Amino acid sequence: MADAQILPAPGRRQPRVSRTAAWWLKDRIFSSPFHVALSIVVLVGAAFIGQFLLRWGLLDAVFVASDPAACQAAKGACWAVVYEKHRTILFGLYPHSEHWRPTLAVCLYLVSLTITLMPRFWNLRGLALLWACTVTAIGVLMYGGLFGLPEVATSEWGGLALTMIMFTGTVVMGFPVAVLLALGRRSTLTLVRSVCVTIIETLRGVPLITILFVAVNVLPLFLPAGSSVDKLLRVTIGIAIFFACYQAETIRGGLQAVPRGQYEAAQALGLGYWQMTRVIILPQALKIAFPAIVNHIIAALKNTSFVMIIGLFDILNATTSVMQDPVWRKYYVEAYVFVGLVYFVFGFALSLYARAMEAQMKKGHH
Amino acid sequence: MLQQNVSTTAEGSRAKNAIEIGSISKWYGTIQVLDDVSLDIATGERVVICGPSGSGKSTLIRCINGLEQHQEGRIAVNDTELDGSNRALETIRGDVGMVFQSFNLFPHLTVLDNLTLAPMLVRKLPKRDAEEIAMQYLRRVHIPEQAHKYPLQLSGGQQQRVAIARALCTQPKIMLFDEPTSALDPEMIKEVLDVMLELAGTGMTMVVVTHEMGFARTVADRVVFMADGRIVETGRPDEIFGNPQTERARTFFRQVLKH
Ligand SMILES: Nc1ncnc2c1ncn2[C@@H]1O[C@H](COP(=O)(O)OP(=O)(O)OP(=O)(O)O)[C@@H](O)[C@H]1O
Ligand SMILES: [Mg+2]
Repeated sequence: MADAQILPAPGRRQPRVSRTAAWWLKDRIFSSPFHVALSIVVLVGAAFIGQFLLRWGLLDAVFVASDPAACQAAKGACWAVVYEKHRTILFGLYPHSEHWRPTLAVCLYLVSLTITLMPRFWNLRGLALLWACTVTAIGVLMYGGLFGLPEVATSEWGGLALTMIMFTGTVVMGFPVAVLLALGRRSTLTLVRSVCVTIIETLRGVPLITILFVAVNVLPLFLPAGSSVDKLLRVTIGIAIFFACYQAETIRGGLQAVPRGQYEAAQALGLGYWQMTRVIILPQALKIAFPAIVNHIIAALKNTSFVMIIGLFDILNATTSVMQDPVWRKYYVEAYVFVGLVYFVFGFALSLYARAMEAQMKKGHH
Repeated sequence: MLQQNVSTTAEGSRAKNAIEIGSISKWYGTIQVLDDVSLDIATGERVVICGPSGSGKSTLIRCINGLEQHQEGRIAVNDTELDGSNRALETIRGDVGMVFQSFNLFPHLTVLDNLTLAPMLVRKLPKRDAEEIAMQYLRRVHIPEQAHKYPLQLSGGQQQRVAIARALCTQPKIMLFDEPTSALDPEMIKEVLDVMLELAGTGMTMVVVTHEMGFARTVADRVVFMADGRIVETGRPDEIFGNPQTERARTFFRQVLKH
């Protein structure tokens, strides 16, 4: 098979390799009447949408206006609304005078995240220390109550910082649980296996919204009287468990793809179950399942927006609420487009990163 | 020289059994794959197991280090009884190294990391000592220069030699080989057999499933012929190859010895 690509087929003329633009057009876009028709439809459609977006979003748009009346006259988008409302969109109900705190928290978070994602810093102890510091710093910044910072209850947290905190909490708490569920589902111990199967299948069969309602309304009934677990924490745990159940299945797929010989070789060398799992099986399984894992992580980012239903002001719900303002409410599309862009920037960054990692893994030795 | 070495070690330690297999039977579901198999192997002895495909050779040697569980009979390795306890399993796996047909190297670890893994995790050696031992065994299998490559960058023969070195790094007293050369191209078989020959010269107790009759002739103290989950015949290589007692063995050896 490999030869077929390298050696020219005998007796057949090779296509000339000078790939001009004309050749490319002919080969890729206009190679048959059907292709021609399809290409024309797509190109015309793209051109139409493109020129609309260009005019609406850029040429006819209003970028600065302290008064919505200025937008009234224009035919295009009113981006001024984003500037007008950006504080609420980004910070929710967080006290206005303290907005520097979530800003700093998000910056700290992004720096730590960037460091964590770079393979050259992959050192378990160093990263654990980094995150211990980061989480503490973010906690102090957001809660306050120390160093003369006024206290801010979690019910007042909101906007981008809240979305980030819930997303990170979901992945950090959910991923280890997912790994354990996946391992448990493949366990030879019947009891462990059935417990894991039950958890996974039950929670996957239930909408996320139900889990959030349970976390907010039902769970407190079961907690001992007098104790209160923070609502934000309960909600994050709810999303994390939901995430874990889906992620467990992708990890299980990876585990199944690791050849039996790997288990046997590890056992024959005398490795115990956890040693074998940690050093031999999981690294290979997670590598195999990597694209699907990233897929669920990106979904988790967007799933945080479900919390609007139970009254937390993440970036999306903060936007919805601020767009109730009768003066600016007409321009809700622009506000949502902005929020959409924020999600897109983070989601796309994640997927670019995943693609780069995959390429690197392929270049590596497997 | 090798020959001489072989006979002295074999004679010298006949007294003690490294492996005792007493009437074991094993079923997969309702299919019986081992049927009342008994085999004692002395310390320093080299036993070659052969027989037609599906006769239970792999199953038998995988029972010795507990990769498979037998349902009847007993197995003891260096006086440790395989009784289903983890403690026995740990002890036995510490004493027994295994080499597989398909190498089963860990593809995400370098050759050196493949070798140092068990010494560091199981025997808790410091990294430096483990690496020293690893390099020593890599030299013994003649590929010290490959230490920092990944397994899939090596040829099949090199991979199998790494696998042998990896098993030796845990400093086992017994080595099991399950068709170590059957997945190799012909030109690589010799380099692996040579390494095994050298290992035999050190007096290692070896149980080898193979159809390499030349190897069996040179190295084996005893050849065990299996068919249908039973040991049909055992004997010295020259006896069993030259004058098999059963029809099954006669047909089998006629086929494998021909080429
Ligand atoms: N996991 C399993 N489940 C069910 N049957 C099995 C399993 N492993 C092996 N067997 C069966 O057990 C019998 C003995 O297998 P074994 O692998 O020990 O034979 P073998 O002598 O090593 O053969 P080969 O020369 O092909 O390696 C075969 O009939 C095989 O089909
Ligand atoms: Mg076999």
